[in-house]
Order: sequence, then structure tokens, then C-alpha cells
Amino acid sequence: MRYLPKSDAERAAMLREIGASSIDDLFTAIPEEYRLTRDLNVPRQMGESEIIDHFKAAAAKNANGYASFLGAGAYRHYRPVVIDALVQRGEFLTSYTPYQAEITQGTLQAIFEFQTMICELTGMDIANASMYDGSTGAAEAVMMAVRVTGRDNVLVVRTVHPEYREVMHTYAQHQGHDASEVAYGKDGRVDLAALEQALTEETACVLVQSPNFFGVIEDIPAIAEIAHKKGALLIVSIAEAVSLGIVRPPVEADIVSMEAQSFGVALSYGGPYCGVLAAKEKYLRQMPGRLVGETKDTEGRRGFVLTLSTREQHIRREKATSNICTNQALVALMTTIFLTVYGKQGMRELALQNLAKATYAADTLGVQGKLLFDQAPRFHEFVLQTDEDPEQLNARLLEKKIIGGLDLRKWYPELGNATLWCATELTTKDQVDAAADVLAESPVTAEAR
Amino acid sequence: MAPTNGFIGNTRKVTAHLTQNEGLSFEKSSPGKKGYKLAPLDVPEVDPAALLGEAHRSRNAELPELSEIEIIRHFTRLSTWNYAIDLGMYPLGSCTMKYNPRVNEFVSRLEGIAEAHPYQPESLSQGALEIVKLLQDCLLEITGMDAITLQPAAGAHGEFTGILLARAYHQSKGNPRKTVIIPDSAHGTNPATAASCGYQVVNLKSNAQGGVDVSALAQMVNEDTAAMMLTNPSTIGVFENEIHKIADVLHDKGALLYMDGANMNALVGKTRPGDFGVDVMHLNLHKTFSTPHGGGGPGSGPVACKKILEPFLPTPVVAQGADGLLHWNYDRPQSVGRVRMLYGNFGMFVRALAYTLANGPDGLRQTTEDAVLNANYIRKKLEDVYDLPYNTPSMHEVVFSDKRQTKNGVKTGDIAKRLIDYGFHPYTTSFPLIVPGALMIEPTESESREELDLFVDAMRQIAREVEENPEVVITAPHSTRISRLDETTAARKPVLRWNGPPEEAVEVDTPAKEW
Amino acid sequence: MSYPEKYKYTREHEWVEVAGNVGTVGITDYAQNSLGDIVFVDAPKVGTKVEKGAVFGSVESVKAVSDLYSPVTGTVTEVNEELASSPEKINTDAHGAWIIKVELSDAGEVGALLSAADYEKFIAEETGK
Repeated sequence: MRYLPKSDAERAAMLREIGASSIDDLFTAIPEEYRLTRDLNVPRQMGESEIIDHFKAAAAKNANGYASFLGAGAYRHYRPVVIDALVQRGEFLTSYTPYQAEITQGTLQAIFEFQTMICELTGMDIANASMYDGSTGAAEAVMMAVRVTGRDNVLVVRTVHPEYREVMHTYAQHQGHDASEVAYGKDGRVDLAALEQALTEETACVLVQSPNFFGVIEDIPAIAEIAHKKGALLIVSIAEAVSLGIVRPPVEADIVSMEAQSFGVALSYGGPYCGVLAAKEKYLRQMPGRLVGETKDTEGRRGFVLTLSTREQHIRREKATSNICTNQALVALMTTIFLTVYGKQGMRELALQNLAKATYAADTLGVQGKLLFDQAPRFHEFVLQTDEDPEQLNARLLEKKIIGGLDLRKWYPELGNATLWCATELTTKDQVDAAADVLAESPVTAEAR
Repeated sequence: MAPTNGFIGNTRKVTAHLTQNEGLSFEKSSPGKKGYKLAPLDVPEVDPAALLGEAHRSRNAELPELSEIEIIRHFTRLSTWNYAIDLGMYPLGSCTMKYNPRVNEFVSRLEGIAEAHPYQPESLSQGALEIVKLLQDCLLEITGMDAITLQPAAGAHGEFTGILLARAYHQSKGNPRKTVIIPDSAHGTNPATAASCGYQVVNLKSNAQGGVDVSALAQMVNEDTAAMMLTNPSTIGVFENEIHKIADVLHDKGALLYMDGANMNALVGKTRPGDFGVDVMHLNLHKTFSTPHGGGGPGSGPVACKKILEPFLPTPVVAQGADGLLHWNYDRPQSVGRVRMLYGNFGMFVRALAYTLANGPDGLRQTTEDAVLNANYIRKKLEDVYDLPYNTPSMHEVVFSDKRQTKNGVKTGDIAKRLIDYGFHPYTTSFPLIVPGALMIEPTESESREELDLFVDAMRQIAREVEENPEVVITAPHSTRISRLDETTAARKPVLRWNGPPEEAVEVDTPAKEW
Repeated sequence: MSYPEKYKYTREHEWVEVAGNVGTVGITDYAQNSLGDIVFVDAPKVGTKVEKGAVFGSVESVKAVSDLYSPVTGTVTEVNEELASSPEKINTDAHGAWIIKVELSDAGEVGALLSAADYEKFIAEETGK
């Protein structure tokens, strides 16, 4: 087998050297009744070209060459080619967690740069070296707030990504701090009056998403004031990281939990993505996940090292801030390279293009339906309400090789026939116009005329 | 290269070579440098301040401004400072640092796979769903279990999911129970996980052979026990040959056996946890199934279980519809819920499946046999110079202790650092906790006899240094770009981000001045 | 290292000095030596109730955390603020760098703790292992 660097002769020689008569001698610890005496029933060994053919065939059965208006927590952005050129270097791809700092300064310095850039983008003081994704990051942020405040009431706004809320519930239910939901108002943002009413001296934190699931940007300063008045922490969850290029960072937040997939990470049918946790300095010791710090070596040279490990599972065990061990390091490296490529000006320019494309899309498609939550500022997603039912509409769009907005009825039935649309810098005017044409041909609207 | 202070000769595996220095990207930044060019807008421009109002960002984040060549050089130079599997062996115990096949990277980047949006219609995701289903089927066959979820993002996440399943199962019988039994040899994620699921951890002391003391276990298990978390082979690389008794003891009191699958590299194709009494377990795709470590992740931690736990699996599960197509089934009333959004680290499923297909049943079995052969070869070649705390047979990893070396004032951590000078990554030091001064070595099947012999030579030479020149070991490494770092100050006064150029000017003609 | 006679000691390597009904608590030199460079002290706030034998905080080095077990029962009246910025004082002067002062609910409690001589014997046995 081509991954195994031994010949049968070498195997035989090695067995002889260790005094074993056959390889079976080394497996006698397994009780005989449990030893497999048959081949595993998995597909037979394939040649490399066969493997590639297998996956090409699978890839061909997925959408290819479709225009897509899907967002909802996973965003289609351009990935500069230098990202893959660099992360596929064996020294990054096949390197281990940097516990041995002297031989992993490459990884450590890159993470230090990542931590710095996340702080700059989010307005927080400290950032960790990644969590699994935005959804588990949000759950960890809540647990962090519970630890910090010692309180166990949690408020989560209904405009937080529905799947994030499901994950938070799964984590919270056994730790005594399950969340209560706060409604959104007519403008698509959190209902501030309802929030104020729900907040008590027992509230550990309020978690909002901004831009929220509807694409609307929340009024962070107002929410922060309400939360802080009662001593609760404000957690802002960000699902579309590119928004930070042009949207004001949530500096009033205590903790920011972000999904950084938009920064050069492929959609890849849902993962791997890149969660990040950032926070104000005073919460440092309650921060889960790995942290890289700057220090000096014995000669006084600058170097980087994993630090504050006593928070983590390998030392604290059951008292750890989290059980996280493996994180999303290589994916975080992709985001680091992405942010370095675009840089200070590029992130604004990129975000601005997203805003422009989405504005055009909302204006154009909005003619064919009703644009909801239009009074509040939004980034690159919007909710469209149509007479036609979303399933039918999307079926007609598919015929023109367009994947339309996400059907929201599953999660927000109160919005009726509503779909969530996203436009990024990769969306073209022609694609928007083509979608608008399909919407215009709606049989429902035609009947109504 | 001569870091060997006093010995004649050179290290066989490595030679000193210049590596480029490289500052932080921020330090090379200069306003106006660009590494990108966007396509021009084909839609009207917008005024962000007008559109966003108070939500408009007034000041850009201070990200670096660099050209493309600087970016390529920056990260390329950084990469040259890293050790990696592609360079040589990692003897890290229980990490299974095996070869990361390149075809895995190729297929994960195929357009239809890399660009698949998780919410695109199922009719346009059949390829993705087929990959999920085939990997699931292969992993079920390999583990001997009945049902599986690929949702967890890493091993620890899988442990969390597995214990949630156990809890849901007990809850469905009217009593979630209170405790989880964990051997003192376990990885730190195990107790951290149990605590996060609301269980109290009960520590089980290992017996004199470093394994589970079955009679002690029998006394400990009661109606409050939800589960035992067991790593098999254990973290000292030994197969629990009383595994059926362990399972029986637990099952007698209605408790479940959870297996931490970190050490599956010793079992694939030779035995199956489902056959020897395991009820629920997790796998580490980034260990056993060759997906790359990437400097710390991403991983993937599928959880496989017996039928009795199937109803509680995270939502959604893959199902075949009457239309012959594959679907995500969200109608799972007894599910523990989601442990993450979407479906899991799909990109790692692609890689793990490619690995499985490249091996086939014979390749998988041969892989396991080579892994165990390699560990035993190292054991045989080093047992006369390093203390073996347990004489039980090793499977895919072997654990020594530094007992013979501590009398010269040398500890396992020092030997590990000295190993770096010989061109190897250190083995796992000071774990498992039941072996004071442990040296935990797992070569994996990916090492040739040549690489193993180089490793053995290096370890033997270091043992000799400990006798004749311990100082060179205690102060190692000597040949790296930077020497041992001040971790104390890093923890006392954490500096976790760049804060601008340093204020102190560098004095002329001092060691700090760089030419 | 000589262990101050006027202190009492626990098997978890804490010391306590009693004056009137105030107990001053720290960790022993043996403890700081085992831990290595101390980087952080997690001490309770003033007003916290502590219980003999129960965990009241922790001490961290780079690679390890050690729980602190209270040798006495009572209420915390003072916390050594210096340790927040200079935890290394415990390394350089473990028997001087106190962590908390406690208003004792039962000053007689300390009678059951180890004397300096007993403690030295205890650690001699520990290290002899």
C-alpha cells in the first residue's frame, strides 16, 4: 500500500529483531473472540485516479454553475489563490499543535497576527486562536459570561441564527443556564422594550447577532446600555465577518463571538469553518481556547508561545474553561492570509462592494415583492416577502440555474412567504436581473392582476 | 553541525541551515501597498455613511498593507520555522501523526465540493450527501457500531456528544444518573467533558499494570453511574484484555461504556469496539483517518453508537427517501439537539473517505499492523536504556519513564528538547499522569525502518549524553532559531496582540542590535 | 529550609499563623518549589466564607494549577493585593507572602494542624517515596 514505507522483507526482518514469529504475536492482547478474521466490508483499495474519479462524480451531482443568493451564516466570497498556495505547504498543513515553541514559531507567529487582527476588527482587547465555528463559539461565550457573572439567566434574541440558538440550547441545558428568547420588533431589530423588561439582576448576558439573521444591523450601543445597567454582559455574535470592513465594530460588547468563514474559507458544504472569541481584557482568565503570547527566549530574542494554558483541559481537566483541545488552526491561517491580502483598505473596499451589490439586489428584487425590515440599516442580506410561496418560487428559479433566497418559513412562519437573500462581491448585475425576471413572471402575481 | 558538545561526529538527520528572519506583517506594512485587486462594480456605487448611518465604521481596522510578494514571502518564511510530518517523524503519543495524503487535499478542492453551500437544495447536494453516507457506512463497519453522527468538530466535541447521548438514554429511562467514571490515565478532555454535561467525575485508579482494575471498578459502579469513559488501547498503549468484564460490570448496573477512540490506530481492521461491548464512542478523523493537523486543527470527531442510543443522535441525520435520494431528516423528536450548526466538518469527511478508499480493507489492516510493529520495534530497541514502567505488551504506542535519567538531574522534558537537536519533534512528555516522567511514543505506520532507526539512534545517543554530559541535555535545544522561551513572563504579563512598534530605541553595539 | 515554628501546617502544604482570632494563610516553601514559577493567584474576595479543608482558591504556575485548601474556618477580612501584580513573591518568600487573612470562627481549630516539626517530617516522607 503506497502510504506504507515498508517492504515485506523489512517487516519480516523487524519482526525477527523483536523476537516475534509473526505479526499476530503483537495482537495477542486482543481476546480471541474479538479478533477480526475477515476483511472489513469497505470498498476495495482504489488507485489514485479512481479516487479522483469517485469524487469528481460526487462533485458533479452537486450544484455546478448556478448563480446563488444563499447566505444565512455561510457566505460565498472570493478566495485569493495565495491562500491555498500557502496553507498547502507541508510545514503548515502537516504541522502539529505548537506545544513545542522552538520548532513551531511559524504557526505561533501567524496565530499572534490573527489574534491582533481580530482585535482590530472587533474592537476587543483579546482574541483567542479559534473555536470550532460561530455556533459553538456563541455557546462558549454564553458559558464564559455565566462564569464571569456567577448568574444563570441568559437572554438570546430571536434574530440570532436559528441553528446557533439550537446549539446554545444543547450546551446550556445541562449547565443550568438555558436561554430565554427576546422578540424582535417591526424593524427587524431586537425589541428594546421587551429586552429591558426581560433583563434582571439575575441575567448573566444578552446575546445578539449583528448583522442579524435578517441581515439587519442591531443598535449595539442601545442594547449595551440596557444590559450593563443591570450588570449583565453583552455578547455580540457576528456571522458575516466581512461586515466589519464597513460596519462599526461592537466596541460596547463584553464578548464578541464571530464566524470567520467569510475570510477566505471555502463553503465546503458546511465545514470546516472558523469560530473566534474576542473579549475585553478583564475576562482573559475565563476565555476558553488556545492563546498565543509574545515573550523572549533565553537570548532576549522575541518569540511566541502558547500561554495561560492553565485554563485549558490538559491541565485543569474537569475545572477547565472548556473541553476544547483541537481547534481550527489551519482554517484560522486561511483567514489570516485573507486579511493580510485585503489589508486595511481592502477590507473596506470589499465590504463596500458587498453593500453596493446587495443594495442593487434589494432595489431590483424589492420591486417584485415586499422588502421587509427596510427601515433599519443592513449589510448584504435582506428578507423579501412574496405572494408566491417560496418553494414554488425557488423551483422556478432553479430552472434558470438560480438558487434563490433561503425559505424562512421553517424558522419564522410569522413572516409568511419570506425568503432571505444575500449578495456578495461575486454576485453579478446580470444574475440579479435574471432573478428579477423570474420573480416578475410569478403566476401568483399574474393571477392577482 | 555540532551541538553535540564533546561527542565526535554529526547528527545523521539534520544539518544547520539558514532560515530567513521575518517580522510581524504589521511591521512590514506601509500605507498604500496593496495585495489585492477587486473586479470593478457592475452596479451603482453607494454611499456607506448614508446607508448605514450610525452603524457606519468611521475608522478602518489597523490591518497590514502589503503587496502580494511580501505576503508570499512572509508566510513562506514563517512556514520554514515549523517542524511537520512532511519533514519527519512525530513520535507524539496518542496523536497518530501519520502521513496526510495529498489526494485528500486535491479532492476536497473540487469545485462542486468546495463551493457547495450547506443550504443549497438537497436535489443539488446528492454528491455531498453520498459522501456523508459512504463515510458513515465505512466508519460503522470499522467500529462495529449501529449508528453514527459526523456532526462533532473534534474529539473533545465528540466526547461531549457521546456523553450527551448517554445522558439522554438514561433520561429516557427516567433517571439521568449522576456520575461518570474516568481512569486516572485519561486525556484531560475526558473529565472536562463529563463536567460540562452536568456529571460528577469519579476517578478510577489504574492497577499495577496501568490498566483498569476490574474489581475496583465493580465496587465503584452503582445505579448512579451513567457511564465509564475508557480509552482502549489505554494511554499507555496497552489493550484492556479484560474489556468484556469491564463492559459486563457496567452493563449489569445499567451503565454505558464510552470509548475514547483516540487510539483506534491500533484496532482498525483487527478488532471492533462494537464487538467488545462499547456502547458509544468517538473517532478522531485527524488522527486515525489521516486528515491534516494543520497546526492545531481542524479536526472531526464522529460519534458512533449502538442501536439503543440511535434515537438521541444530533439532528439532522442522513436518510434515504422513498424517491431514492438522500435527505437530511430533521424529524427527530428524541434527539439531543445540535452540537453545532450545519452538518460537521465536511471537508474532513472528504479527506477521511479518500483515505479509506485509498486503503481498502487490506490497506487498513496492514496500516494497523505496521503501526503496532513500529511501536514494538522502538520498544525493543530502547528498553535497555529507558525505564519501562509496565511490562504489558504495547500496541501502537509505548510509554517509558525518565526514572533512569532523573538521577543525573535530567527529566523527560529535557530529553524531549534534546531530541529536537537530532531533527525530531519531541514525544509526549509528562502524560499520562499515572507515569511520572513519562516518555509517550507513537511512531504510526508512516515511518520507514530508516526513520525509526534514526530515531532510535538519537534516543540512545541522548541516553549516553545523560550519563556523560547531562548539561547539554538540560539546556537543550541548541540548534533552533530561538531557544527556550520565558513562559513564566508570558503567563504573568500576557501580551496577546501587537501593540505598535516598541518605544525603546535599540542601543548601538549591543546584542540587541541586528545587522 | 526551616519552617517557622509559630506557624501551623496542613498536609496540603498551606501554613497558617494565628494572632488573636485572625489567621493569616499562605503556602509553604515546599509547595512553591513543586509548582515552579508562580504566574497567578486566584484568591477569594473579602467577605467570602471559608471552611477548613475546603478549596478557597488556587495557585497557578505555567504548567500546573494547585487548589488551595483552607486550614481554618471563618470569613476573609483581607486579601494580599500585591500578589495580583507580583505573584512571584510566593516563590521568593513563601512564608512571608500571605494570601488571605481570615477572621476565625473557632481559633481552637488550629490545634489539630501539624507543627513545624511534624510538617517537616511529613514532607521528608513524601519526597522519600
